Amino acid sequence: MNPFLLSAPALALFGVMLVVPLIMTFILSFHSFGFYTGIEFTFGLHNYIDVLTDDYFYEIFGRTFAIALAVTVICVIIGTPMAFFLQRMRAWTRSIMVLIVLGPLLVSVVVRTLGWMILLGNNGVINSALMDMGLLTSPFRMMYTSGGIVVALAHVMVPFMVLAVWAALQRQDPATIAAAESLGARRSTIFRRVVLPQAMPGILSGSLIVFSLSASSFATPSLIGGRRVKVVATTVYDEFLNTLNWPLGAAIAIILLVAVLVIMVTWNRVVERQFAGVFQ
Amino acid sequence: MAYLELDHLSKAFGPFQAVADFSLDVARGEFVSLLGPSGCGKTTTLQMIAGFEEPTSGTIRLNGRDLSGVAARDRGLGIVFQTYALFPHMTVAENVGFGLDMRKVRGKERKRRIAAALELVHLSHLAGRHPRQLSGGQRQRVALARALVIEPELLLLDEPLSNLDAKLREEMQLELRRIQQEAGVTTLLVTHDQNEAMALSDRIAVMHAGTLVQEAAPFEAYERPTTAFASAFLGKSNAIHGRYEGPEFVTKDGVRLAAPAPAADGAGAAGDVMLALRPERILFVEEADAVVSGKVVERVFLGDQWLFKVATPVGELLVTRRNGGHAEPEPGATVHLAWAADHLRVLAPEAAA
Ligand SMILES: Nc1ncnc2c1ncn2[C@@H]1O[C@H](COP(=O)(O)OP(=O)(O)OP(=O)(O)O)[C@@H](O)[C@H]1O
Ligand SMILES: [Mg+2]
Repeated sequence: MNPFLLSAPALALFGVMLVVPLIMTFILSFHSFGFYTGIEFTFGLHNYIDVLTDDYFYEIFGRTFAIALAVTVICVIIGTPMAFFLQRMRAWTRSIMVLIVLGPLLVSVVVRTLGWMILLGNNGVINSALMDMGLLTSPFRMMYTSGGIVVALAHVMVPFMVLAVWAALQRQDPATIAAAESLGARRSTIFRRVVLPQAMPGILSGSLIVFSLSASSFATPSLIGGRRVKVVATTVYDEFLNTLNWPLGAAIAIILLVAVLVIMVTWNRVVERQFAGVFQ
Repeated sequence: MAYLELDHLSKAFGPFQAVADFSLDVARGEFVSLLGPSGCGKTTTLQMIAGFEEPTSGTIRLNGRDLSGVAARDRGLGIVFQTYALFPHMTVAENVGFGLDMRKVRGKERKRRIAAALELVHLSHLAGRHPRQLSGGQRQRVALARALVIEPELLLLDEPLSNLDAKLREEMQLELRRIQQEAGVTTLLVTHDQNEAMALSDRIAVMHAGTLVQEAAPFEAYERPTTAFASAFLGKSNAIHGRYEGPEFVTKDGVRLAAPAPAADGAGAAGDVMLALRPERILFVEEADAVVSGKVVERVFLGDQWLFKVATPVGELLVTRRNGGHAEPEPGATVHLAWAADHLRVLAPEAAA
């Protein structure tokens, strides 16, 4: 049978669920909005101009990408060694560890984030413990900060990084490690010069996933950031549901999409060029 | 004193004895092959020399130095792995330079030695390529250059040619021999390919089930195998079972054959023995000169030669004949066979063989 025909159901689903709403959002972003008239079916770039000329939005976009970048870096730093140890474990300890690593994904986002709120709050577990121990006199604010969002997001994003890097490590020939050892390399040198570069495709795909998911995440920033620390996704939500300015919200969403795409493609190019030998 | 001495080396994995009481001496500059069937412990032996496996007992001495307790990275051996194990993210030159980096060889000296190593394996023009952009034979040579550039005390090769197709393998055999001789490095090759072992080595060590069966120069090992296993594993061989009755050999079906006298101490002095006979030593002759006659059961054309299976009173015999370009007996035809008695080797029959 024709492969195209076989993938038709998937394509249809993809079309209905993703492409159609995306196109409608795209069209919507060119309409305009009046307080008394509602959505007017005009056609112009004024929404984009509004966003791109307003410092308020620059701050929100800047914060969003800074958070996504921080989350990505933390996930690379935590996830890569984790994947490395996972790779070296025996079969049965490994299956237990994989379950533990996947743990954050098995818990609903709301429950998980509420958990972080209990930990991070001014009267939360961490602050109370530190104050009881006398290390702090007044609570260190973690709720409603970008830092809090980064911590809670990193928690749920690490599994994606671990799995991506682990997959890359499994593809590499273990004899390359033995070869490096026989040539006189120590453990740390082997990790840095042999294992890590070969894991680059995994680190790349993991960081692409983590970055794009973090940049567009909604639930965690809205719960932990609250009304004070807005990111792009929560701003779009506010435009749609509070201000009811759907066209502006659509324009912000499209800009986010394009920006994330541009960043991902650039990053992909840079890494692939740098490590040409392991990609193909 | 030998350059490399394996002294009563053993390795057990739990209850399983992978290598048992293995002793071998290798002289400086010598090329020795460990030859044996799959699973006989060749790789395990090599890994113990390389330092990746700890021997259960026994010692390894290289150039008078006891290697037990010396980490793999401090042994200074050049190893070529079966999968080549090239670093895919490094260019050919960087791969070759890795060992030099570990030895803190820098600048001009580093460049000179990389160039020399690539020159040796005829790959200078590909220095900037990544391993993925190379053919199997080229990767193989990069792996060799990477192992040789550190001027190893010993070169270990684990079935380095087994991933190559037949034609390339023959080319690389010549190439490997040339490189080894030019570099003058003492080499231990592991292989299950008897042709490779015979073509390359100064000496062959035949292994069977973790033990050393025979150790000899290729010609010697082929001509005078000391066990039934060695005779069957090194090339093709016919086995004729029987026993000596006085000076005469009688097969188990009662056929009398002229055979060399049994060695006084060794096999055949008493009890069952086996005569080994190479298929290429059997000739097709006139009926009058025949030692035995028989019917052709099977005939296989191999290009440069023919392989016959002939049913005779002494058992089924394999016979090979050079393809002289004329018709050969068809299956079903009666043929008359003869051989010189001194081509027969008297061996103790092996329970496992
Ligand atoms: N880590 C291990 N644990 C248990 N048994 C092992 C281990 N490594 C090897 N063996 C066993 O030891 C025996 C010898 O293995 P080895 O790899 O040395 O064989 P080989 O001669 O190199 O065979 P091949 O030609 O197939 O590579 C095999 O029967 C193998 O199953
Ligand atoms: Mg092996």
